[in-house]
Amino acid sequence: MEAFSRLTAVALPLMFDNIDTDIIIPSREMKTVGKTGLADGLFAGWRYVAVGSREKSPDFLMNRAPYADAKILIAGQNVGCGSSREHAVWALREYGFRAVIAPSFNPIFRGNCIRNGIVPVQLAAEEARTLGDAALREEAEPVTVDLDSMTVEMAGAGPFAFALEDDSRLMLRNGWDAIDLTLQHRDRIAAWREADRARRPWIYLETGR
Amino acid sequence: MDTLFDILWSEHLIADIGDGIGLIAIDRVMLHERTGGVALKSLAAAGRTVMAPRQAFAVMDHIVDTLPGRSDRTLMPTGTAFITETRAAARAAGIALFDLGDERQGICHVISPEQAIVLPGATLVCPDSHTGTQGAFGALAWGIGSSEAEHALATGTLRVRKPATMRVTVTGRLADGVGAKDLALHIIALVGSDGAQGHAVEFAGEGVAALDIEQRQTLCNMATEMSAFCAIIAPDEQVFAALEGRPFAPHGAAWDAAVAQWRGLASHPDARFDREVTVDAAEVAPMISWGTSPQQAVPITGAVPSAGEGAAANHRRALDYMAIEEGAALIGLPIDAAFIGSCTNSRLSDLRRAAAVVKGRKVAPGVRAICVPGSGAVKRAAEAEGIAATLVEAGFEWREPGCSMCFFAGGESFGLRERVVSTTNRNFESRQGPETRTHIGSPELVAASAIAGRIVDPRAKGEA
Repeated sequence: MEAFSRLTAVALPLMFDNIDTDIIIPSREMKTVGKTGLADGLFAGWRYVAVGSREKSPDFLMNRAPYADAKILIAGQNVGCGSSREHAVWALREYGFRAVIAPSFNPIFRGNCIRNGIVPVQLAAEEARTLGDAALREEAEPVTVDLDSMTVEMAGAGPFAFALEDDSRLMLRNGWDAIDLTLQHRDRIAAWREADRARRPWIYLETGR
Repeated sequence: MDTLFDILWSEHLIADIGDGIGLIAIDRVMLHERTGGVALKSLAAAGRTVMAPRQAFAVMDHIVDTLPGRSDRTLMPTGTAFITETRAAARAAGIALFDLGDERQGICHVISPEQAIVLPGATLVCPDSHTGTQGAFGALAWGIGSSEAEHALATGTLRVRKPATMRVTVTGRLADGVGAKDLALHIIALVGSDGAQGHAVEFAGEGVAALDIEQRQTLCNMATEMSAFCAIIAPDEQVFAALEGRPFAPHGAAWDAAVAQWRGLASHPDARFDREVTVDAAEVAPMISWGTSPQQAVPITGAVPSAGEGAAANHRRALDYMAIEEGAALIGLPIDAAFIGSCTNSRLSDLRRAAAVVKGRKVAPGVRAICVPGSGAVKRAAEAEGIAATLVEAGFEWREPGCSMCFFAGGESFGLRERVVSTTNRNFESRQGPETRTHIGSPELVAASAIAGRIVDPRAKGEA
């Protein structure tokens, strides 16, 4: 996972609540059993004129300069709700997004962001709205997300502080892999399982099927 | 003074990683071909193995066709790869697989209790957002992403940010003709689509205890649509009876020992929850969604509401998408299709209630009506009981088990901008087809509307 310290980039404001993962990537755009080849399907329902088409809809902000180069998404409440599909995050990442700013995140989507090097920046609703409005108005003005100072700002808006639990911040900051980190606890996990086996033997399904 | 969630969290806490993150032992991992195959493949590509293959299970449900005579070939373009690659990866990993042609196959959350994969007091995860459904059995069950599934498979654990707790207490009992789906939509409309965000939700109270085990699953299933971390109901004798003798349940002395433990799984009477919501069951009516989020739902006799404060843009967008106006009645809206199925409402009692509504009647001309049982076991039972015949005589298609048209994956779907009544959990934009206008409701409501050819109150007998 690519480490993240500080990013200054164009932000795409899609200021709707409940942008679900079906919108971020429709199921029909998940074409292979893998994590790549998904960027073209990002926001496909809004981005193209019809299902299956690749003709860009002029109405969709991401199809216009400078938003086509956005690396930061600003959204409304409950972003990433719906299906657990990590493809939504893989598609965002492959397109180039490294941060999502919103007043609230669906928990699975948030976890998927952290596992894939995308910083979930949770702000107060007014702060997110201020940034979103500014990004719409001052379209060429970039937004900065800083994982060291834990702030986000742009010319005329912010800085706004945001929080992340240490574990997630360290993984994002250093590009660490969660499985590697957890396997450092290997012995402790094995000991826990051994003790638990005596307490709840039925969990381990060791007597055949 | 612990809540049930706190008890299960503590029992599974292997290490405190700090700052509210726990390393939590995972007792069961379920996978399906849509998001689980990629986890298995990615795990193998990283040179890792499944730490506890006996505790992991894979099933085909999302991509497989539900048409009779189905095979690995699917109507969904590129769908075959999801089936064959998941099968190969599951076999290579040595985990149980409920494959096409296996009589146990079905929707993951429906077959898990049928097989007793889920058990009270267990932690269970699946890269599927509706995994909280299984909390109806007193398990700590929650949905994750594919990377987290890979983590759970590799380590037998997950790093979890501890959620706050929320109790939804339902006082009194639901009226006749009102079910768990209505209760769920009522609660979601009350608290909002992110109303339980960051919270583990326990459903409690007389109105919940009075629900049968299938209705409890419907209720827990829908907690996902208020962004809950998980949903849980304290297990009772009904839960134990539903699991006893099932293939992966403990048996003999182990069963007795397990039940003795499980009887203690309940929130302390004085437990404090971070948030409490109380719902009066008597106030719950049959519900139907009007918009593009499950929170946009009203009693069937109601009308499309006006925008709440600060929500004008979202409201307008939903109205335009659904081609519906503020103040309009839901009753009477003409429909193109009706769908009964999904992990929300595809169990035997769901189909039984739908069949009771349509018995001796016909689906309205021009309406496409489809019923997809949740599992092979549900299908066989429904056929034996005459439910299938009743539905087919009324004009419903009767399908093979799977997720089917709950979502549009590029293959089979409802038509452009068609209006569909559906027992599923999501009325999102284009969820069931290109620009499909989905209204979600109970099996009774969907069945009655299919007969009428328009949205009706399922309590109004003889409507059609």
